[in-house]
Amino acid sequence: MAKDDYLDKHELIPKHTKLGERAVKELLATFNISKVQLPKILASDVVVKNLGLKIGDIVKIERKSPTAGKSTYYRVVADG
Amino acid sequence: MTEYIHKKVQSIKFRVMSPKIIKKMSAAKVVTPELYDKEGYPVDGGLMDIRLGVIDPGLTCKTCGSKLKECPGHSGYIELARPVLHIQFITTILNLLRCSCRECGRILASEAEIGAQKRKLKKIIAERGLKEKNTAIKTFLQKVRTVSKCPHCRSRQIPVTLEKPTRYLEKDKRLSPIEIRSRLENVPDNDVELFGIDPAALRPEWMILTILPIPSVSMRPSITLQSGERAEDDLTHKLGDIVRINQRLFENINAGAPEIIIEDLWDLLQYHVTTFFKNDVAQLPPARHRSGEPLKTLSNRIKSKQGRIRHNLAGKRTNYSARTVISPDAMLKINEVGVPSQMARKLTVPERVTSWNIEYLKSLIQKGPGVYPGANYVTRPDGRRKRITDETKEELLEELEPGYTVERHIIDGDVALFNRQPSLHRMSMMCHRVKVLDGKTFRMNVAVCNPYNADFDGDEMNLHIPQTEEARAEAEILMEVQTQLISPAYGLSVMGCVQDAVTGNYILTSGTKMSRHEAISLLYSLGIDDFTKLRKNELDGKEIFSALLPNDFKFNGRNNACIAPGDPCKSCPKWKNNKCQLDARIDIVDGQLMNGVIDSKQLASGSGLLLRNIHKQYGPDMTATILTNLFKLGIKVLLKYGFTVGLSDAELTDDVVAEIKEEIKKAYEEVEEVIATYKSGDLKELPGRTARETLENMILGILNKARNKTGEIVARHAKADNPILTMARCGRGRTLNLAMMTACVGQQSLRGGRISGGFHERSLSCFRKKDLGAAAHGFVKNSFKDGLSPAEFFFGAITGRDSLMDTALRTPRSGYLYRRLSNAMQDLKVEYDQTVRDASKQIIQFNYGEDGIDVSKSEKGTINVQKIVTNVCGE
Repeated sequence: MAKDDYLDKHELIPKHTKLGERAVKELLATFNISKVQLPKILASDVVVKNLGLKIGDIVKIERKSPTAGKSTYYRVVADG
Repeated sequence: MTEYIHKKVQSIKFRVMSPKIIKKMSAAKVVTPELYDKEGYPVDGGLMDIRLGVIDPGLTCKTCGSKLKECPGHSGYIELARPVLHIQFITTILNLLRCSCRECGRILASEAEIGAQKRKLKKIIAERGLKEKNTAIKTFLQKVRTVSKCPHCRSRQIPVTLEKPTRYLEKDKRLSPIEIRSRLENVPDNDVELFGIDPAALRPEWMILTILPIPSVSMRPSITLQSGERAEDDLTHKLGDIVRINQRLFENINAGAPEIIIEDLWDLLQYHVTTFFKNDVAQLPPARHRSGEPLKTLSNRIKSKQGRIRHNLAGKRTNYSARTVISPDAMLKINEVGVPSQMARKLTVPERVTSWNIEYLKSLIQKGPGVYPGANYVTRPDGRRKRITDETKEELLEELEPGYTVERHIIDGDVALFNRQPSLHRMSMMCHRVKVLDGKTFRMNVAVCNPYNADFDGDEMNLHIPQTEEARAEAEILMEVQTQLISPAYGLSVMGCVQDAVTGNYILTSGTKMSRHEAISLLYSLGIDDFTKLRKNELDGKEIFSALLPNDFKFNGRNNACIAPGDPCKSCPKWKNNKCQLDARIDIVDGQLMNGVIDSKQLASGSGLLLRNIHKQYGPDMTATILTNLFKLGIKVLLKYGFTVGLSDAELTDDVVAEIKEEIKKAYEEVEEVIATYKSGDLKELPGRTARETLENMILGILNKARNKTGEIVARHAKADNPILTMARCGRGRTLNLAMMTACVGQQSLRGGRISGGFHERSLSCFRKKDLGAAAHGFVKNSFKDGLSPAEFFFGAITGRDSLMDTALRTPRSGYLYRRLSNAMQDLKVEYDQTVRDASKQIIQFNYGEDGIDVSKSEKGTINVQKIVTNVCGE
């Protein structure tokens, strides 16, 4: 699938990046959780499709927040 | 010792009882509709058979041998003369009939299709769950239904229809339950699975009743009326009907009666069995009592608001509670609640007798339940509870000793929970101290109206008296009013001064002067007796205000008058000679109010940081006292000052009136001009708007500007001590309110625009069609004092009615929205690692609120780092 440029540039879409294997392990260790306990993002989500992610991958989402400046969120790609 | 078995419920499976199981669990077979014999003793084989359980004292159950209350009840059964359909399975049966062969009973799909569908279902349930499985079954059956030739035995299929509620037709021939049952028997277990039915839990033929289980007597107890007559439960009535018809059907069949009679009776039996399960079937007339009231049968017992679930299981009721109208009492402390003495005589607190309080409690018992500080009940150590009456009084006084418990009337200082519905946040239920007062209403400090969202137009509130030490301690520590001062939603005080208290403090701090003598009598009237701060003989209002503040309190802020609240004062145009010319900058140094007028910005709930800072520095209790004092001070000042509003306060001089008239006339002309350009087609459209929308926008803009200008004119010409203006300045209302009273009410807007429609191309019949002018679309140029023209008045009524409708329609909507939200979030919790998780430890947020800030410990949701630095390191 062709990459859609606007998804990276659009102001209202926060930055999504794929989490590397090491980072995933670290994330799961810091919160002492398994993948199923993470919030989900559908595989059919345009941003996920654009990044070419598979089910089970973890996306790091960095959003702007009026109170915290920047906040990070993690989602696991789920079927659907 | 009792051993507890701890197991986790993994799943619950519901199944249908087979006739075999019904018989096996039955204690008796019911054969006669009679209930009691001549002596009033339950008949054997009747519906009240004592094998089905006992409900009369003295009788023993024939099945389990236990007496009333110990016997749990045992079910029985009726053998039906002819099988009948079970109303709840009507659609399932229809599906089965339509999708299985009428000859061989196989599902109307080839072996290959069956195999494929089974594999598919298995996969779906493993991956996507039950719900998806059910939809897959539905689509599959939808397809199978249309097959007209059985793939297994090649027989032709005839479409089956359902004639509601309980008749199946094959073409035009009716299928009797006997035929249906034999067809369902033919469906093999293997095929049943494709209907989403587990054949072990439900064989299709079980959905047709051949025997009917009878609920135990304990489930349908009869009531003995005062007259000695027995009134039977609705279910017993219904079962009686069933047994009677069943009996007649048996007799007729045995006597070889004609088929028509038998069929009629059969239908009647079907009707009775159907209404036994469900008495609100759409196409059936509900079975009724002789009085015409519908019977409450099985599903009615469970369903709806008055059903078992919502009424008995979800609906809880409580003792030691009270409800009445509320009214204000500014002299109460913020954490007190005035309780009518009538209620105090009914509401009690259990107090354990010890050697230290025995004399005291005896004196309460002596007074009894009728005289106010008395007592109502005494509980002996063995748990026997006795009411104190004139007869038992002497005896109870005699035997009272440590270990007994006395339920004494509530007295001043007792702990109580005070609540107003809807309980939308935790401040809707707070702990107050009881203060027993005369009168019949609950009294409360006006400052707590805000958290409860209460007013005194007839609002009622509830009071609960905690009965154990634990409950009282919890209520005091977690729920008392002081502990709830800071809102967890926005981090500011939810309680503050309202109404006169704000105005009073404003007037006091904006230049009132009084003698030391007057100041002392003022402060003393609010219960303050420390006058060390009043050092001079002539005192400024600010100094009197300062007497309420702690000596080391430091605070900076701005009030409503400030024109640039965010910017530093030095760059402000009103900043002259190191002083704000508007007195809008508040400086409190060492507990002395140096500059600034105190107004709603500092005192009202949910705004300003004055109360928040006091809370942070001196804690909840001190804040509550200071708030109470500030409140009382405001009221007392106003009482002394004499603050009233009269008609003359809305009076203007002739030249001001002329100026206002001129302003409005100019606006009207301007509107006409814009309309003229619109009509000529020269109006330049705003981006994304049509010419018409642009016109509306412009007209609204012009009229609004005009109205604001009249407001300014009024404010400029009004006397400085105009009370309406004073109220507007201190934050109760706006200058707009004064302008509406004296100058011009302004545009009435309906759904964000001017009023239009109603009649064809005009708003009211007194205007010309297609008139776009100001007056024809709801602009009210008169003031309230001058009086509105009929058309203007009608426009006002339109917007008034609309907003009334709006609130009436919005309230239940937002209530339901809130319910859904609170249910969805009810067990979310911040864990020790700062993550927000639900009950299954699923992560909802990685850091609470994305910033990790506990709002109730912040100032308006943020942390003022600058202030912390100044506090720690000095200036």
